[in-house]
Amino acid sequence: MNTTRHGVWRRIQPVAAILAVVLLIGMPLWIVVVTAGKTQGEALNPDLSLPTTWQYAENFAAVWEQGRVPAAFFGSLLVMVPAVIGVLALGSLASWVLARRSSRRMAVLYALAISGIVLPPAVVTVVLLLRQLGLAGTAIGMIGVYMGMYMSTVIFFVTGFIRTIPMELEEAARVDGAGPLRVFGKIILPLLAPVLSTATILICLYVWNDVFYAFFVVGGRLDTLPLNLFQVASAGLYLENWHLIFAYVVLMSLPLLVVFIVAQRKIISGITSGAVK
Amino acid sequence: MTAQTTAIPPMPPAGPSASRRPTARTDHRHRASHPATFLIPAFLILGVFFFLPTIFNFVYALTDWSSFKSEIGFVGLQNIQDLISSGTLLSSLRITLVYAVLVAIFQNLFGLLLALLLERDTKINRFARVMFFIPVVMSALAAGYVFQAILKPDGAANAILSALSGQPVTIPWLGDTTWTLVVVALIHSWKWMGLSMLIYLAGLKTISEDVLEAARLDGASAWTMFRDIRFPLLAPALTFNVATALLGSMNGFDIVQATTGGGPARTTELLNIFIFRTFGQGLFAQATTMSLVLFVVVVALAFPVIRTLRKREEVL
Repeated sequence: MNTTRHGVWRRIQPVAAILAVVLLIGMPLWIVVVTAGKTQGEALNPDLSLPTTWQYAENFAAVWEQGRVPAAFFGSLLVMVPAVIGVLALGSLASWVLARRSSRRMAVLYALAISGIVLPPAVVTVVLLLRQLGLAGTAIGMIGVYMGMYMSTVIFFVTGFIRTIPMELEEAARVDGAGPLRVFGKIILPLLAPVLSTATILICLYVWNDVFYAFFVVGGRLDTLPLNLFQVASAGLYLENWHLIFAYVVLMSLPLLVVFIVAQRKIISGITSGAVK
Repeated sequence: MTAQTTAIPPMPPAGPSASRRPTARTDHRHRASHPATFLIPAFLILGVFFFLPTIFNFVYALTDWSSFKSEIGFVGLQNIQDLISSGTLLSSLRITLVYAVLVAIFQNLFGLLLALLLERDTKINRFARVMFFIPVVMSALAAGYVFQAILKPDGAANAILSALSGQPVTIPWLGDTTWTLVVVALIHSWKWMGLSMLIYLAGLKTISEDVLEAARLDGASAWTMFRDIRFPLLAPALTFNVATALLGSMNGFDIVQATTGGGPARTTELLNIFIFRTFGQGLFAQATTMSLVLFVVVVALAFPVIRTLRKREEVL
């Protein structure tokens, strides 16, 4: 009896899986894609119907102009790339020392370094601080804030990983007379590729999509993709202009979506291997 | 995150665990080869951009800092008293906690159900997993707008329900002072359930086939096997998922802002929505005070929750 029930499940499961995808993911995404191609009047109440006339070109051109997509795209890149490279480089360097040394002072420093995983960033006073530093509204200030926010994640990931790397590997290089920075750069850093790629994926996701912290730090001064989506949608300019909002959503999601589809196997295995020991 | 803007706490990577942790006695040997100066850049960034603003939080919550005057004066506990007496503090706090608990429940329930549904490594299941991960990759703000369009009074949801039931359905999904919070928590869970699913799938993979086979031979039903064997063995995945869901939703902003903006009648006004709104009005000290409240609540809740969940793992 047990086996027949098993057999029934095997036959139903693919149907259930496809049904779940269509209802939970397919329908919302379908509404986005068809509404982005409609005229304003047709898009007033977004639904599943196809547009009578497709006007992707007109809608994309409109948001490209009004949503300042090129500026926002480069603004997002300008902040994300240095923040991610910086936090990974500085975080890994510190993690190496935190993983290899074991005095009580190092344990305290490690606890302090990873506390940011749980603690929420002080989003209001960081604005005041940046003003005092002369970095208010600048890309450099935003990069610093993101690095501060994700430093703990990187140190936690990387320190745990380095502890699994045998000491002998670096000792051989040290005997050959290599200094610490050389040992780190030549021996340790290449071995960190798997953990660094997982951290890169997660931090890129968060930084690319962030609007809350960006609003406080660079709102109105620097264009980023989520910030511009938020501004145009809440300024009333796009109110009830669902065709334009969704055209913007499509444009904005495409870069990450393409990266994800191309590298999905690596991304998924990277995230899961890091999460469950 | 998106709404989940705080870094999710990852577990140490798989592999031979901590096999090479140096002992205190060998530490002096590492001093020259692993100089403490390497810590300086990372701690400088952490100190300036993370810890210093946090300390400022405690200071400026006691001032009348605002955009209306140039000087900043000390007012003591005035801000916190105002927020308590107006009822804003307690209502925002209650809404944030209810939201966090709802998200933790829904996101884990959906993630676990999806993981169980898509457990076998078939072509269809692999495709479905990728599809369910798309919302995780999307911007939470965009996800919020999508659901605002679907759930507005004359939106797609009510249209489909009307067609199915044969009579006009006009449910105010995003306009109800009681239930909209639940609806928004469901949207938040929809956005992140793909991540929980992946973590549960990884957890299910670690359960040895022998254990399951032995139970099957003993005649255990699928439900008994799940309740007594698989679910308890998913404890590490559950810890991770509950902790990330709680942290992500306590710091929630994007999805609520994009769907309701805190309404109707501020019944979905999370702490971060309040901070955003009062900051926009130039009431910087109030926003700082609420930011401090969020900090204290997360500290007070996160550590006990993580400890309790960890203890559950050790029992095994």
